[in-house]
Amino acid sequence: MYSASDLRKGLKIEIDGVPYEITEFSFMKPGKGQAIYTCRVKNMLTGGTYVKQYRSVDQIDEPKLEEKDMNFSYAEGDLYVFTDENYEEYRINVEVLGIRKFFLTDGIKVQVLFHNDKAIDVTLPFFIEKRIEWTEPGARGNTATNVQKPAKVEGGYELTVPLFVNQGDLIKIDTRTGDYVDRVLRK
Amino acid sequence: MDARERRTNLEVRSRVLQSIRRFFIERNFVEVETPVRIPAPAIETHIDAEPAGDWFLRTSPELHMKRLLADGLPRIFQMGPCFRRGERGDRHHPEYTMLEWYRANADYREILSDTRLLMNAVCDEVLGTRTIESGGRRIDVGGAWECLTVRDAFLLNAGWDVLKDFDADRFDLDLVNKVEPALPRDRPTVLMDYPAPQAALARVKASDPRVAERWELYAGGLELANAFGELTDPAEQRRRFLEAAELRRRAGRAVYPMDEKFLAALARGLPPCAGIALGVDRLVMLLTGAASIEQVMAFAE
Repeated sequence: MYSASDLRKGLKIEIDGVPYEITEFSFMKPGKGQAIYTCRVKNMLTGGTYVKQYRSVDQIDEPKLEEKDMNFSYAEGDLYVFTDENYEEYRINVEVLGIRKFFLTDGIKVQVLFHNDKAIDVTLPFFIEKRIEWTEPGARGNTATNVQKPAKVEGGYELTVPLFVNQGDLIKIDTRTGDYVDRVLRK
Repeated sequence: MDARERRTNLEVRSRVLQSIRRFFIERNFVEVETPVRIPAPAIETHIDAEPAGDWFLRTSPELHMKRLLADGLPRIFQMGPCFRRGERGDRHHPEYTMLEWYRANADYREILSDTRLLMNAVCDEVLGTRTIESGGRRIDVGGAWECLTVRDAFLLNAGWDVLKDFDADRFDLDLVNKVEPALPRDRPTVLMDYPAPQAALARVKASDPRVAERWELYAGGLELANAFGELTDPAEQRRRFLEAAELRRRAGRAVYPMDEKFLAALARGLPPCAGIALGVDRLVMLLTGAASIEQVMAFAE
């Protein structure tokens, strides 16, 4: 249990059995009145946010969260199989992964966040490299980065890339946003 | 905030401190210094004192200053550090600077007129104008101040009568969520005559015992000051301390010793008096437009 005075930005709390992260926090205390702690909380399962207020007498549940290092093993349908250091297998639904499913490669090291022993989030290395499988030919000599064109990388993920990126190029992708970051030049 | 902005804020702060001192000295107030480390802080339901050895750091110099009034000093002021445990936010810091002044044989309206004159003097000396402009806001300190009763402010903005069915929880939440955000931002605003259960150390109004002689000053969205027609009745004061102590005990919060020397001073005879506590850091925030109290402090560690 947390008391209201423990509340701060970044703290993870539990409301009605759902884990939330406090993304904004303000402390208010009118005149001779009681302290009021106003929090914007983000649902760690859905990403939705709302504002919740606590008073100094309130007790707040602490979520049982655990983060484990794991390696991606293989996928079977909508279930993605990861193994921990003891080679124990965990099956995680594709819904938890979202677009990150495209960035999993054999053996890639990830952190899996569990809430009450149920996987709720998977953190990949922030940047991964993928080869462009398909894109329209770019205008030669055009190095502008503000004009984008569609492209598809190995594994089927689609994104937009600058005009100068060509089929067969290796690019760097931010796994948190799914966005193109850079072209990787290999000698 | 960069180092240059902090330096500017500290220069403004220095001028504010000097201006406040000059204001009170010109009006024949005596500047006093009362102890910072004390055995018995005022027992208030929602104010927590920081322990210092077996004693505490003062949450306000109020009780000692009233003892000086009882000892025959009729006009006194003090500026200095106060400490409140667990209060930290954009407008709160566990250590902050409070200005308090008291007048014997005066009531809370005279304190309001002092406050108007003080705010005008500080604006004149520090800014050279009585219109504060910062971040697209304009606050006209020199013009008419908005003055409304707490009852009207709640009827208007929260839709209930605080003098009929008082509910402390609802009062605090609505004050923060509905009333304060609706107060005018273009001029200072005074909320007057708090419901008697929110009297704290104020006396109830003779003409209407449902309310206490207490007002609060807001400007630019900041709560700046709290003033009382002071309670001078020792029996009533003891009863309120005991009531707050019981609420604190039930809430599992520290219960402070009774300040018997203060109560004895009331019993010997405290003249009718009025006084006020004004947050100096917040006044500097108002004048500089600083978004957070830490931006007007030299160190906020």
